[in-house]
Amino acid sequence: MKKRIYAAPNPVTPSRPLLFKEKKCSGCNVCVEICPMDIMIPHPIKGSPPIILFPDECWYCGLCVAHCPKQGALKLNWPLIQRVRWKRKKIGEHFRV
Amino acid sequence: MDWNEVVETQGMFRWPYAIRYGEERKISTDVLVLGGGIAGCWAAISAARKGLKVALVEKAATIRSGAGGAGCDHWVLTPNPLSEITAEEVVDTELQDTGGYTNTISRYIAARESYDTLLELENMGAKVRDEDDEFKGAEFRDENTKLLFAYDYKNRLHFRVWGTTFKPALFKECKRLGVAIYDRTMATSLLNERGEQGQRVVGATAINVRTGEFLIFKAKATILCLSRPQRIWQFQSELTGFDTLRPQTNTGDGHAIAFKAGAKFTLMEKSLAHIMGSGDGFPIYGQGNPFNTWHPCSMIDAKGNEIPWVDRDGRSLRTVRERSLPSSGQKFMGERSLTYAYRRPQLTPDLPERIKKGEFVLPLYADLPGMPEEEQRVIWGMMVREEGKTHIPIYQTYMEKGFNPNQDLLQSYLFLGSDPLRSPGLPHKRVFGEVGDCGGLLTDWDLKTTLEGLYAAGDQLFASNYHHHAAATGRYAGRKAADDALKLKEFKINRKQVEEEKKRVYEFTKQRGGLNWKELNAASSRIMQNYCGDPKNEELLNIGLIWLKDLQKNEAPNLIASDPHKLMRTLEVINILTCSEMILHACLARRASSKFLGFNRYDYPDVDPSNWHKFITIRQVANRVEIGERPIDFYGSLKGNYESKNEDYLGSSIYRR
Repeated sequence: MKKRIYAAPNPVTPSRPLLFKEKKCSGCNVCVEICPMDIMIPHPIKGSPPIILFPDECWYCGLCVAHCPKQGALKLNWPLIQRVRWKRKKIGEHFRV
Repeated sequence: MDWNEVVETQGMFRWPYAIRYGEERKISTDVLVLGGGIAGCWAAISAARKGLKVALVEKAATIRSGAGGAGCDHWVLTPNPLSEITAEEVVDTELQDTGGYTNTISRYIAARESYDTLLELENMGAKVRDEDDEFKGAEFRDENTKLLFAYDYKNRLHFRVWGTTFKPALFKECKRLGVAIYDRTMATSLLNERGEQGQRVVGATAINVRTGEFLIFKAKATILCLSRPQRIWQFQSELTGFDTLRPQTNTGDGHAIAFKAGAKFTLMEKSLAHIMGSGDGFPIYGQGNPFNTWHPCSMIDAKGNEIPWVDRDGRSLRTVRERSLPSSGQKFMGERSLTYAYRRPQLTPDLPERIKKGEFVLPLYADLPGMPEEEQRVIWGMMVREEGKTHIPIYQTYMEKGFNPNQDLLQSYLFLGSDPLRSPGLPHKRVFGEVGDCGGLLTDWDLKTTLEGLYAAGDQLFASNYHHHAAATGRYAGRKAADDALKLKEFKINRKQVEEEKKRVYEFTKQRGGLNWKELNAASSRIMQNYCGDPKNEELLNIGLIWLKDLQKNEAPNLIASDPHKLMRTLEVINILTCSEMILHACLARRASSKFLGFNRYDYPDVDPSNWHKFITIRQVANRVEIGERPIDFYGSLKGNYESKNEDYLGSSIYRR
C-alpha cells in the first residue's frame, strides 16, 4: 500500500531523544513518572509505550532508562550533534557514539 | 513513541490527565519546603525529625528530581577526622578565589556540617564507602574507613562517592518520616501576612503541572530550595538541555517569587561568558578531559604525545601520582581554586601556543588506557558512572557502543571551540546560574532571609556551591525553620492575594494571542545578550529594562498555554523575565567594574576600586526596586557566630575541630 502523506508541521529537534522497543515495553509508565522534565505522557492505549510529547525538552539525564523495569525496552538516543568520538589507541581506528 | 507517528496512525488524542484549572486544594502545615532537590529533601527531613508536619512541593518527581537527583561523584570541601584542614581554611580558599564575593555564611556552615551530613546520608542507605573493596590498596583509599578521596590524596578533603544512590535514599527517608510530598507541583507565589509585600511569609500557592489544580499552602515557616535561574542569556528553542548541569526547568522560580514577596537578594550582577547551555557543548563529562570528574586523567595529542602537567609553580610533573599531591610547600589543594596558595596541578598553561606552533596536534584525547589501573577504574568505572547525568547517558551508552577504557582514547573538544568546562565562550553568551557562584537570597546565620518565616538553602542562596553544600545547608535550614515554627501560632492567609495570583496564573489558559513561551524566552535572552552582555553601561542597561518591561506589558499577555504542562513553561518564562529584570537593576546599581564578578561597566572602567568592595542588595518595597549594600565582611566572626547559634547542635556533631 502506498504510504499516506499527511499535512503536518516540521517535527521539533531532537525528535527522538528516546527509543522504545515496542515488543519489550509493557507500557508501565515508570519512565513517565520519573522524568524530571515531564516530556512523556501515557499512551491512550493501555500497555503501549508512552508518547514523547515534548522531545525538545529532554535533559538527557537517562533516569527513564535507569528506572525502566524491562531491560532493553528503552534507550537514550543522543542528538546527532552530540555524538562524541573515540580512537582505539593501538590500531588508530575511529568510533563514535 | 513519537507524537507524529501516533497522530498519523490514530488521530489526535486528548490530554491524558483530568483538567482542574481553578479548582482549589488547601493544605495547612508547620513547615513548607518549596523544591524537592537535594537541599529541599534535606530541609524536609531535618524539619520532620523535629516532629513537625512538613509539606514538600516539587515540580518534577522527588525521587530523582533536581541537579543532584541523577547522581553525584564528589562530596568536596569537607573537613573530616582524616584531614587536617579546618572549616576556616576551606572558606579561605573561596574568599581568595572570589575576592570576598562569596557566601561565607553558607559555605562555613557547609564546611562545619557536611561530614555529619554525609554520615547521616549513609545511615539512610546511601553508599559512601568502598564496602566491596573495589579499590583496596589504592592511594586514594583510607583502608580503615574504606572512604575514597579525590584531587588531593594527602589532605583528604574531597570525597569520591556513589551519588546515584543518594536521591532515592533521601526520598525514602522523607517518606519514612511522613513528609507530605506534592510532586509535579510548581510553586507560583509566596503569600505574605495581610497580603503585603515585605511582611512575614505565611505560605505559598502552586499549580499541579499535569492537571492545573491550584494549591494553597499555609505554613508557619517556609524554606525555599528552588535552585537558580537559567535560560537568562542563552536559550535554545530546540536541543535545549543536553549541555546543562541543571535541568532546564530550573528557571529561577524561587528567585522570582521571593523577589515579589519582598525578600532581599545580592550578587545578582555577577555573570560570566560560557558556552554551557548554549547548545554548542558536548555531553557533560562525556568527552575526554582532565578536569573535575576526570582528574587526573592523562591527555595526549593526535600523534600520541602526552600533554605535560605542571604544578602551581609551572614545574613539570613526571608521574601521574604527583597530580594528586600538593605542590612543594603547598598545604592543600582547593576544589577548583585558581589562587596560588590552593591551586591544583593542571595541564601546562602554554598549551594553546604549543598547539599553534605545531608541537602538539589536535584533537586531544583522554588517555584512559595509559593511566595506572586503579586510576583508570576509578575515573571511568566509578566517577563517570556516579556523577549526575552520566550513568546511563555516558557510562552505559558509550559502553554499549563499544567504548573500552582499556583500549580507547576518548576525544576531547578542548580547543575545538566547545569544551563545556573551560571554554570562555562568546562575551554576550553568558551564564548566570549554570556554573560558579551567582546571585541569590541574602540570609542571616540561621539561613533566614530578610523576610520573617522565609528560609533558603542550596542554590537558592547567593553564591551557593556543590552537592555537599546543598545537602548541608538544606539540613541546617530545616533545623532552624523547625525551631522557628515550633514557637509560632498559625497565620492567616490573605484571600485577596490568593485571588490575584489565581487570576494571573489562569489568564494564560484563556488567551488566544498565540505567542508561545519559547518565543518569549528567546526574545528575553536576546535582550540580555544585547543590553547586558560584556559591555555594560547605564544607557544599555536602561534600554534592556525598557525592553523587558515592554515584553512584560505588551507581549506576555499574548502568551498562550494550551495545557497544564505549557502553563508551567509559560510561568517559568515569566519568572525568567523577573530574574532578568533583577539582574539589570543590580548591574545598574554597581557603578564600578569588577574582574571577580565578570562585570565590565564601560562607563565606570575602574576595576575593583576599594570603595565598591561591598555587596549590592536589591529588593522590592511597595513594588519599587530598592538598592542597598552590605559590607564585604558582613558575616562577622565565622566560628563565633556559628557556634553561638548552634550550641544545641555542637554536642551531637561528629566532626569537631
